[in-house]
Amino acid sequence: MTKSFGDHEVLRGIDLVVAPSEVICLIGASGSGKSTLLRCVNLLEPVTSGSVWLGGQEITAPAIDPDLVRRHIGIVFQSYNLFPHMTVLKNITLGPVKALRVPHAQAEGDALALLARFGLADRAGDYPDRLSGGQQQRVAMIRALAMSPRLMLLDEVTSALDPELVAEVLDVIRELAQAGMTMLIATHEMTFARDVASRVAFLADGEIVEEAPPSELFENPRDERTRRFLRRITDAGRL
Amino acid sequence: MTESPLDLSRRGSRLFGGGGQGQARGAALSTASTIVVLAVLAALFLLAPGSAAVRHTFFSPPDMWHALIGDPAKGYYSVGAAIWLNIRMFLAAEAIIVVLALLLAVIRQSTGPVLLPLRVVALGYVDVFRGVPTILVVYAVGFGLPALNLTVVSTQDPAVYGVLGLVLSYSAYVCEVFRAGINSVPLAQVSAARSLGLTQPQAMRYVILPQAVRTVIPPLLNDFISLQKDTALVSVLGAIEANRAAEIYSSTVFTYSSFVVAALLFLILTIPLARFTDHLIARDRRRRLAGATI
Ligand SMILES: Nc1ncnc2c1ncn2[C@@H]1O[C@H](COP(=O)(O)OP(=O)(O)O)[C@@H](O)[C@H]1O
Ligand SMILES: [Mg+2]
Repeated sequence: MTKSFGDHEVLRGIDLVVAPSEVICLIGASGSGKSTLLRCVNLLEPVTSGSVWLGGQEITAPAIDPDLVRRHIGIVFQSYNLFPHMTVLKNITLGPVKALRVPHAQAEGDALALLARFGLADRAGDYPDRLSGGQQQRVAMIRALAMSPRLMLLDEVTSALDPELVAEVLDVIRELAQAGMTMLIATHEMTFARDVASRVAFLADGEIVEEAPPSELFENPRDERTRRFLRRITDAGRL
Repeated sequence: MTESPLDLSRRGSRLFGGGGQGQARGAALSTASTIVVLAVLAALFLLAPGSAAVRHTFFSPPDMWHALIGDPAKGYYSVGAAIWLNIRMFLAAEAIIVVLALLLAVIRQSTGPVLLPLRVVALGYVDVFRGVPTILVVYAVGFGLPALNLTVVSTQDPAVYGVLGLVLSYSAYVCEVFRAGINSVPLAQVSAARSLGLTQPQAMRYVILPQAVRTVIPPLLNDFISLQKDTALVSVLGAIEANRAAEIYSSTVFTYSSFVVAALLFLILTIPLARFTDHLIARDRRRRLAGATI
C-alpha cells in the first residue's frame, strides 16, 4: 500500500500482515508516517495505491462502504478526541446506538460493564473535561472497544499524558493483549513495546525497514537506520 | 491537577479585581463614578440653549403618555400596543431564521458531489441577501409579491411580507454565523465520530452541530438584537408596528415624544437580551478557564 499527500509520498510501499490476536508495535521517528498508516487502515485516509484487507476481504475495494468497515476497526488517538458535549456514558454508547443500532438500554449496560472493568464505573455521568488525561484516554479506549472491533489501532495513546498517568493506560492495553485483542500500536514507549508486542515494525523513509519479535529487533537490529533510531531513543533515556 | 475548578474560579475573580473587601469598595467607587457622569450629562443637557425646546418636543410627559396608550377617537394608535406586532414579528422571524440558516450552513459545508447544485444555490442566496440592504429586501417582498396578483401569495398582511423580508436577509447572515461555528469544531472530532462508523450526516448531527451551536449562541443572539430593532423597517410597508404608530402620532400632534416612547420600548426588549448574551459569554469563558487546567 502507498499513500501520498499531493507530491509528498509519505508511505512508499507498506507490506504488513497482522494475524489474529497479534500485537504489532509500530515505531519510527516523528513524521515517519505512523499516524498516516493507521488512518489508512481504517479508511479515514484513502490509500493512493495498493489495498488493505480485513479478515479475507479487501476493504479498499470501491464497492465497500467505509462506514461499515470502520465499525469493525477501533482507533484511539493521541489527543483522546472525546466528545466534550457528551457524558462519558454517551461518548461510549454513541457508536453502538447510532452505527450498530444496538438498543439503548443494552448499549448502556455494555458501556457500564466496560467502565467497571477498567475502573471508571463512577465516572459514567461526568463530562470529559472533569477527567484527568489518563482517565480520558481510558474512556477513549472503552469507546472504541464498545464497538466490539476486530482490530484496534492505537496512535501514540500515551504521548499526550503526564508521566504518572501513562501506566494506567498501558495497563489497559496489556489487559486487552492478554484477552487476545488484535492490535496495531504506534508508540514511543519502547519498554512497553518490548513487553507486549508479538512483533515490532520500524518505519522509516515510507517503508517498514525492519520487522521482528521485540527481543530480536531491540537486541540485534539489522538495518543501520534501525540502529541509529534505537541509539537516539536510548540516549534520550527511553529504552 | 488536584485543584477543583471552584478554587480556580475564585482565584480567577480575584485576579480581575473582585473578592471580599475589595468587591465592596469597587462597588462604591463604580456607583459614585456613575452618579458623577450622569450628573454632568444631565447638567449639560439642561443648560444647553435649546434645552427647553428639546424637552418640549421630545420629552413631553403628556405626549409620551398619550402616544403610549393611544386614542382611537383622535385617530392615533397606541405605541405600547403596536410594539406587540414587533414582538410577534421577531419571534416568528427568529424561529424561521434558525432553521433556514442551519439548513443553508449545512448545505454550504457539505462536500458530496451530488449536492453541488444545492451548494451553488445556497452560495448565491447568501451573497445576494447579505449584500442587499435589508430595507430594500423588505420593499421588494412587500411591494413585489402583492403586485404579482397571485392567490395567497399576493394577499397577505404587510407584517407577513415584513417577516419574510427580514427572514431572507437575516438568514443569510446567520448562515455564516453557523458556518463559523461548524468550522470551529476541530477536525479531530470528525475523525473520532467517523471512526465509530458514523456516517457524515450522523457525525454532523450528533457531534459537530451540537458543539457548533454552543459556540454560536452569543453571536447569534447579537444578530437577534439587531433583528428586533429592524422589525421597525416593516413600517415602510404600512404595518402598524411601534415605529409606524409613533410616526402617526407625531404627524397628528406635531411632537417627537412618540418616537422616544418607541425607542424606550425597543430598549426594554433589547437590553435584557444583551445582558443575557453577556451572561452566556461570561459563563463560556469560565468554563473554558476551568476546562483548560484539568
Ligand atoms: N492530511 C495531511 N496532508 C498533508 N500532509 C500530511 C497529512 N497528514 C500527514 N501528513 C504528512 O505526512 C508525514 C507523516 O505524518 P504522520 O503520519 O503524522 O507521522 P507520524 O505519526 O509518524 O509522526 C508528515 O510529513 C506529515 O507532514
Ligand atoms: Mg503521529
